[in-house]
Amino acid sequence: MSSPLLAIVEKPYLKASVPEFHVGDTVDVMTRIVEGEKERIQAFGGVVIARRSGGINESFTVRRIVNNEGVERKFLIHSPNVVDIKVRRRGKARRAKLFFLRLRIGKARKLRELRITQRKAAEPEMAAAGV
Amino acid sequence: MTLGLLGMKVGMTRVIDERGGVSPVTVVKAGPCVVLGVRSKAREGYDAVQLGFGDVKPHRSTMPMIGHAARANTGPKRFIREIRLDAPAEVQGGDVLTVDVFSKAAVGWVDVIGTTKGKGFQGVMKRHGFGGMCASHGTERKHRSPGGIGANAPRGTGQSVKKGKRMAGHMGDVRRTASSLRLVKVDAEHDLLLIEGSVPGPVGGMVVVRKAVKKG
Repeated sequence: MSSPLLAIVEKPYLKASVPEFHVGDTVDVMTRIVEGEKERIQAFGGVVIARRSGGINESFTVRRIVNNEGVERKFLIHSPNVVDIKVRRRGKARRAKLFFLRLRIGKARKLRELRITQRKAAEPEMAAAGV
Repeated sequence: MTLGLLGMKVGMTRVIDERGGVSPVTVVKAGPCVVLGVRSKAREGYDAVQLGFGDVKPHRSTMPMIGHAARANTGPKRFIREIRLDAPAEVQGGDVLTVDVFSKAAVGWVDVIGTTKGKGFQGVMKRHGFGGMCASHGTERKHRSPGGIGANAPRGTGQSVKKGKRMAGHMGDVRRTASSLRLVKVDAEHDLLLIEGSVPGPVGGMVVVRKAVKKG
């Protein structure tokens, strides 16, 4: 974003808080679906394989397997239709975009996902070390 | 009331409505514009106001411009244009117009006039959308050429190319009007207009925003 005026324009459209999640995490995206008059919440669960752009343009891609067929959906983080993002499982990703997962079949898809519960705990230590 | 303002293109972003619909918008800083003069049917033969937008330092301006602005009790302006009116002006020299003119009149659609980005000397494919020639099938050294530009047969005195034949040449840096763009939002606090879609010219370019002529 180049101009401070653009930031002013975008501010009212940004969400006050966005749940913390990272590339590689397995998440449930709670999406609002409007059918005629009715409104309901539907979850789309899968692995976050990309997160791109920033500000109001920020979006992420979730990939899951439905009936043996890969399905990817992109969401705008600040869209009101994305009600909530629930992290079910944290994954270890060494790159920002996990497009290589598209080529993986079966168990290979999961191998990469190590549980790392220490991540939260490790952060204050790193801050203390001045990293 | 005047239904036009001068402004500067700030950039593009998008807005999301409460139903989740996304619109690309151009942000234009419009106004405050000082009325530098009024044209009337009686005197000049048409009704209009002359607006000035953006300050320029007096030492970078000229005495005629400074004197002209001084008649409206203001400093020299960077961008000066007339806005045509269909009724006698209700404002006079020295009055300041802001984006309120759009919100008060509940304007839903606007035209934006600006100078497009200069593209330099361009060929016919980019400039006029010609198809070019085959990539293969024996085509040599003329993949992006215009092809034939006229017949060899005499037209009048001899063989010639019709006037106005579209050819390669300078592209861009011309005045263009983007018409009937939806006015998404008026931000009176920061003098900003949010206009759906794109607008001619670079970021920082000067534009005229007026009530849409073709769409109510």
